[in-house]
Amino acid sequence: MTLLQFRDLWVDYSSSAGNVPAVRGVTLDVAAGETLGIAGESGCGKTTLASAVLRLLPENAQVRGEVLLDGVDTLTMKWGRLRAVRWSQAAIVFQGALHALNPVQRIGDQIAEPIRLHQTVPDKQIGARVGELLTQVGLPASRAKSYPHQLSGGQRQRVMIAMALACKPALIIADEPTTALDVMVQAQVLDLLTGLVRDLGTGPDRGMGMILISHDLGVLGTTCDRIAVMYAGQIIESGPALEIFDNPKHPYTRALAAAFPRIGDPAARYAPTGLPGDPPYPGDLPTGCAFHPRCPIAAPACKLGAPALIEVAPHRTAACYKVDQ
Amino acid sequence: MLRAFVTLAFVIIFNFFLFRMLPGDPIGLYARGRNQDPEQLVELRRALNKPLLEQFLTYLRNPFDSTIDSTRFSRPVWEMIGERVWPTLLLLGTAILLASLIGIWVGIRAGWKPGGRFDRMSTGTTLILYSMPEFWLGMMLLIVFSVGVFGIPGMFPVGGIASPGADTSSPMGWLNVLWHLVLPCTTLVLIYLADYALVMRASLIDERKQEYLTLARAKGLRDTSVRKRHAVPNALLPTVTLIFLSLGFVVTGAITVETVFSWPGLGLLTYEALRGPDIPLLQAIFLMFSIAVIAANLLAELLYVIFDPRVRS
Amino acid sequence: MSVATARRRLALTRFANSFRHDQSGMTGVVILAIFIATAILAPILIPDAALDVTKADGGRFEGPSLSYPLGTDESGRSVLLLLAWGTRISLTVGIAATIISMVLGTAFGIAAGHFRGVGSHALVGVTDWFLVIPFLPLAIVLATVLGPSTTNLIIVIGITSWAGTARLIRAQTLSIEGRPYLERSKALGAGNWYQMSRHVLPNVFPLVLANTTLTVAIVILSETTLSFLGLGDPQAPSWGALLDRAFSSGAVSRGAWWYVLPPGICVVLVVLAFTLVGRAMERIVDPRRAS
Ligand SMILES: Nc1ncnc2c1ncn2[C@@H]1O[C@H](COP(=O)(O)OP(=O)(O)OP(=O)(O)O)[C@@H](O)[C@H]1O
Ligand code: SF4
Ligand SMILES: [Mg+2]
Repeated sequence: MTLLQFRDLWVDYSSSAGNVPAVRGVTLDVAAGETLGIAGESGCGKTTLASAVLRLLPENAQVRGEVLLDGVDTLTMKWGRLRAVRWSQAAIVFQGALHALNPVQRIGDQIAEPIRLHQTVPDKQIGARVGELLTQVGLPASRAKSYPHQLSGGQRQRVMIAMALACKPALIIADEPTTALDVMVQAQVLDLLTGLVRDLGTGPDRGMGMILISHDLGVLGTTCDRIAVMYAGQIIESGPALEIFDNPKHPYTRALAAAFPRIGDPAARYAPTGLPGDPPYPGDLPTGCAFHPRCPIAAPACKLGAPALIEVAPHRTAACYKVDQ
Repeated sequence: MLRAFVTLAFVIIFNFFLFRMLPGDPIGLYARGRNQDPEQLVELRRALNKPLLEQFLTYLRNPFDSTIDSTRFSRPVWEMIGERVWPTLLLLGTAILLASLIGIWVGIRAGWKPGGRFDRMSTGTTLILYSMPEFWLGMMLLIVFSVGVFGIPGMFPVGGIASPGADTSSPMGWLNVLWHLVLPCTTLVLIYLADYALVMRASLIDERKQEYLTLARAKGLRDTSVRKRHAVPNALLPTVTLIFLSLGFVVTGAITVETVFSWPGLGLLTYEALRGPDIPLLQAIFLMFSIAVIAANLLAELLYVIFDPRVRS
Repeated sequence: MSVATARRRLALTRFANSFRHDQSGMTGVVILAIFIATAILAPILIPDAALDVTKADGGRFEGPSLSYPLGTDESGRSVLLLLAWGTRISLTVGIAATIISMVLGTAFGIAAGHFRGVGSHALVGVTDWFLVIPFLPLAIVLATVLGPSTTNLIIVIGITSWAGTARLIRAQTLSIEGRPYLERSKALGAGNWYQMSRHVLPNVFPLVLANTTLTVAIVILSETTLSFLGLGDPQAPSWGALLDRAFSSGAVSRGAWWYVLPPGICVVLVVLAFTLVGRAMERIVDPRRAS
């Protein structure tokens, strides 16, 4: 069975400046045990999409569509059921561990919190379980007594990973788990995360699934099974990771792939695409294909209509008029 | 720590020079509006004609000199302050304790759902209380609950700390004191809690934006647990610190409210000294309040060191 | 220059538009307008005789009636007219003291943020000292030494209430100092005075304005307190002085609520109005700080 399905998901933020459509009709599947990469520039709606899974969006967000986790829609679940699903079925590795960890609580207590809550192990063994988790992410068990500020950035991110694994969820959502770290540490933490997700899977076809979000198409190409590329709140291309990376069809993906020749190149972090212009602000989108003002091969028709996401090759979809089927 | 001492040093210097550097005859100021023993005046004038530096050094040697007399009461000023400290401690201690408990509770309820019904009501009320002169509130409470108007019986005493002749060492006497405490304490509690509630609310609203609260929710915690286990403990520390830092503001309330209720503490003493004016007494009171406030500032820093792991290490 | 003027005018228009939509801010403006009108019209509306003790024709502590809507004071004068006259004095003292406080606070703040080294440390030290020292005891000591008069009251309040502003302005100045155009101006050899008055001041000004409004509120409360303690001019009865006289003449023990209640309500309304306007301005000028 499919682990996670987004069905025509729309998310709007209402702000004083007007309506901001951050996610616009996303349909996407994650199979059990599969690692799906989501790539896209800053502001294209990746975090919004990920937060919708466990209904963690801010109060000013309005959501339409369905998010089926193990076949059940989390958007319409009762609160009690939703709380039970949170962390035990899907857990999150946040973007910046420094702000995601409670600064005045020991990390051991913070890791133990979901274990105690969901009672995945008897109370007496929680301490041992926390130690085991810390060891798995390469930290001494004694670190449980530390406060977040006493750890390095890489260590904090390991704590986040240990915490995400605590209840052995079927799905891990890692939202740019390494952006705050320097390049060497980025690679180590990413290896650790993907390694653990593979090893800790509970069976050949029901392993741990993961959504890995990143700006960096290169990183996703080497670590994921499949990739979906987002632009202005929509999926504009998806397919097997290596194929996407080696043979991108959509002009935007091509630009992304060209921008990340090496894994985690820091210079490319903030001027990643080599494309003219800035990513569009979702509150003020261009007409037609949202990419047309920056597209090197845009035709007059691109300003008028929005291309649909269609199958362009086996297992591959793209949303562009200029891509042949 | 060092800062506290420097601040204190400047209070002492300020205290000394202020009354000497200003235009006019300091002796005249000292003796204003009262009959001063002429011999004492001559003595005073002789002391004041010494070189400024020498006077300053004499003062510095012991600003708490037990021989400095009040010009109004002809008693050592520090002895009088010593007597008047206790009623003030009782009044302020009770008021601060109650006000912080209630204020923090209100701040939490309002700040956790900003813009909600409770928030709109409580923020409106606290803003009005915040705009109120505390002595006016005291006077109104006196008129309504002690004198009695519009058919409301006057239930509470009009002032003082105990009825004349009451034995304050017996349980009945304590009750009597408690009965006298009700109105002044209520006045101060209402004024202080407005401030504390606003601070706690702002602090919690700040906390609400923090990402670790989203993490706590993602873990499956109930809203109440997220609030109690994560948001409130983090918001409490800055609030409690601010309560300590606001002792200067607390002192203001004490002076006028003690005056209105004839509560025989340092505040009333200030008012009495002011009506003289009794300069030595005022100087001593100023020094004493400053020390208290500086000490409270130090305590606030200490609190952070004790309770915030980030500062501790 | 004309470009800068035009830009400022545009900013002003935008500010006015946002402000007009702020409900609580507009409430404050309306309340203030009423009080300011009273203050300006007071000399025209109130005959001199009404305030003269020797010419007062009412009874002692009379309750509200048709000829004395808010009753009379201890010497038979109309409380309503005293109150209207008090508006003039309280607002004058409040605004004058705020101007002193703002000038001091802005000067100290900008200077402490602009200069480096010993000078800046000294300025910060002085600011901190004034922040720590309890307001009322300090004000009492200063006012006693200077003697009771309206001018002295204004000076005392001005001197004791600028420190909070200075700290705020210093923080703002520090953040502006790092901006490129100031770096450029420094590189071109602009003098300190030029930098501070042409670049820093215009940028901190909106914040100063919002802060001023909040300061008036606090200053009026301070004025009320000091006058209540008898540190104002007895000839110029502000609301605080009115409360002082009510208190010392025994209005409380006589239950003369009409004498005590109105001055306090006026203080609350004016302070609340300034606070509401100030908070609304802060929300517009600096949305991050306002909560
Ligand atoms: N609470 C909010 N209110 C209004 N707009 C918001 C809110 N949160 C996000 N947005 C807007 O929605 C868009 C999508 O935001 P989102 O955080 O999902 O982007 P992202 O792809 O995760 O970006 P990044 O790579 O920078 O993390 C952005 O343009 C952002 O400005
Ligand atoms: S549809 Fe047109 S504008 Fe959009 S990506 Fe394709 S070619 Fe470019
Ligand atoms: Mg994001």
